[in-house]
Amino acid sequence: MATSHCCKDIIERSFGATLRRDNWWVEPLTMVVVLLGFVIYSVWRAFEHANYWGGPYLSPFYSPHFSVDLPRWCSPAFLIIWVPAGFRFTCYYFRKAYYRSFASQPIACGVGKPWKSYSGESKLLLFQNLHRFFLYLAIAFIVVHIYDLVKATRWPVSAAAAYTSPHHAAGPTEFGIGIGTIVILIDVILLTGYVSGCHAFRHLVGGCIDAPSRVFLGRLRHRIWRGVNVFNEHHNMWGWISLAWVGFTDFYIRMVASGTISLEFDRLF
Amino acid sequence: MALRKFRIFRGDSRETGELVEFEVECGEGMVVLDAVHRIQAEQAPDLACRWNCKAGKCGSCGADVNGKPKLMCMTRLSDYPEDEVITITPMRAFPVIRDLATDVSINYENNRRLPHFQPRPADFEDGEFRMYQWEVERPQEFRKCIECFLCQNVCHVLRTHDKHQEFIGPAFFVRTAVYEMHPADVGDRREHLKEHGGIGLCNITKCCTEVCPEKIKITDNAIIPLKERVADKYYDPLRWLLRKLTGRG
Repeated sequence: MATSHCCKDIIERSFGATLRRDNWWVEPLTMVVVLLGFVIYSVWRAFEHANYWGGPYLSPFYSPHFSVDLPRWCSPAFLIIWVPAGFRFTCYYFRKAYYRSFASQPIACGVGKPWKSYSGESKLLLFQNLHRFFLYLAIAFIVVHIYDLVKATRWPVSAAAAYTSPHHAAGPTEFGIGIGTIVILIDVILLTGYVSGCHAFRHLVGGCIDAPSRVFLGRLRHRIWRGVNVFNEHHNMWGWISLAWVGFTDFYIRMVASGTISLEFDRLF
Repeated sequence: MALRKFRIFRGDSRETGELVEFEVECGEGMVVLDAVHRIQAEQAPDLACRWNCKAGKCGSCGADVNGKPKLMCMTRLSDYPEDEVITITPMRAFPVIRDLATDVSINYENNRRLPHFQPRPADFEDGEFRMYQWEVERPQEFRKCIECFLCQNVCHVLRTHDKHQEFIGPAFFVRTAVYEMHPADVGDRREHLKEHGGIGLCNITKCCTEVCPEKIKITDNAIIPLKERVADKYYDPLRWLLRKLTGRG
């Protein structure tokens, strides 16, 4: 029988102090890398203010597109990017992700924190309660993305006819599908899945009702609530995949817009 | 049978206590609690440890096993490599009484402070209130809670910041949700949740859900819906306006 002392780890009073033996640091580190990578890419793309539309495609980072005169330094992306950014920033799942990985509140369960004081979401972070308002805007954005998808199936009849601005081709158009159309379709499906599982959405559609049998349309709302639960159970998965795909969608459209991928190559039929 | 090493916390406070190493013969199918019992029987008869059912239902044998909150009776030794030393310490969020036994009485005090069930008035001719299975299923999930307090133990608000007086913790948000979401209850607990329960202190990092032995989705199904209800009352200007105009809600 031997005795050992390691009060630092038992008490977990210093950052990273823990008795855990597993690789608890892998998950927060991965999240920092992925989230930081996405933020850097999106900010760069917003500042780039070029190559955001090509052929019938409009990048989701610049959609909806407003034809207004802006100062040279201001990209049209800044007019709209705060909506998806705000929705994801206040999302209950992403809050968990960045509280853990960026703020170390806590970095992992049962691991010491670097902070002595803590106020949670009761003071400075009260604004997180505005998530439902970002939800309303996010639903409107999905409608806009569906419009973009419809527009992504309209191609000029004459191959020589060029697009003069996002969604506006010179001359008549016809139905067609390109790789970009499919990329945008997947983007719309993933974003819809992500927004459909939103906790605030679940609350609004039926979660706020305790006795559905006593409420007008209560049974229907209860069924919708159950449907939303299906998406909500995998909200994190929808969140990550839709985040990655929206970045890929923008990247693909940038490739088309810059001419790296030609419209002839892109168009399937 | 294989000889395995254990480090177990001994003492009556974390400041003066120490980790004591034991070597025990362990067989196939043994759980951590079996090993602790063998140590009690063969090497340290004064080792304090709570347990009762050995079936994961009484919630008595909670401890930190290799830094993670677990029920010792449900934690198989085969989950750990044979050469790994298994460290068992008392639940971090509560004061140590002795060895692995902690003082969890604060939980019972918090429980007493929760607003009680407030029955909905009868609305059938026979003088009863009736509800359907499909509408009572939601709070039934929370009834699975065995009150092991592993969720309280892992929650950093209690474990690291010791805010037991300001924050009731995940176990009692679950208990509140049982009543708050029950079709036969008409109570409004939002003020209590905000002012006394400290729901704003929860930053939904889901450690409670990760450790729950009953697999209750504490964060997604109890805490976040309660947070949304508090937001309805205190942080939604549209609803505030609607309440002013209609006088409802």
